[in-house]
Amino acid sequence: MSATAVIELDGVLLVTIQGELTDQDAIALQHDLTTQVASVGARGVLIDISALEIVDSFLARTLHDIAGSTSLLAAETVVVGMRPEVAITLVELGLTLPGLRTALSVADGLALFGGSIAAPSEGA
Amino acid sequence: MTIVPTVREVPIRTDMDIVGVRQAVREVAVSVGFSLVDQTKVVTAASELARNTLKHGGGGTAEIELEERADSTALRLVFRDEGPGIGDVELALRDGYSSSGGLGLGLSGARRLADEFDLRTAEGEGTTVTVAFVNRDPAAR
Repeated sequence: MSATAVIELDGVLLVTIQGELTDQDAIALQHDLTTQVASVGARGVLIDISALEIVDSFLARTLHDIAGSTSLLAAETVVVGMRPEVAITLVELGLTLPGLRTALSVADGLALFGGSIAAPSEGA
Repeated sequence: MTIVPTVREVPIRTDMDIVGVRQAVREVAVSVGFSLVDQTKVVTAASELARNTLKHGGGGTAEIELEERADSTALRLVFRDEGPGIGDVELALRDGYSSSGGLGLGLSGARRLADEFDLRTAEGEGTTVTVAFVNRDPAAR
């Protein structure tokens, strides 16, 4: 069972985290995304965490590491959809994740990669 | 004396169990009316401490307890392991100190998130970490 879904759209990997991630899932996600960035030559990675009810220090570090490893492969990672209560808790935990690019929504995140991306449905 | 019943006891043996602890803690926090922010804090602290129990203590248990107080309810989490114990408690509680290559925010972060924190450990005798989160009764405000 996979807790994440990845689709590629115009050189950007759209990653949706759909439910609880174990630590192993998080490590696998980092590996898979880094591999995919290289194999498709992605210019960006957008990770939607709006389904996540918590982000603890392990997952926060993993997101930070994903951003680091994709950056070495010339793809920028943007984390979108963090819930306000998650942001409040992360700051109290002592994690402000400097250097991690964020956006409020998937649309805002995509806009950071340049507005040339078409909607993923309604083939035309 | 207040009687503190254990609501749930969750074993911590694998990283799936960390998810199990999070879910059990959330259910109890919701059942006693914690706000969304407070639920998130208690579940996040539980996740940090469950991971410590697994990684540093070689596994153990999480007990979830509820304590009715005069004008509040306390949700208390007790993480117990029989691992090697912590030699230098002051160091282990320092932000950024990690013996496992992590961020070193598990113990110190959980302490910051919680309203009450207690750590009992001795080398060779395991570790017990207790955190409590107090939900003030809205009617008493």
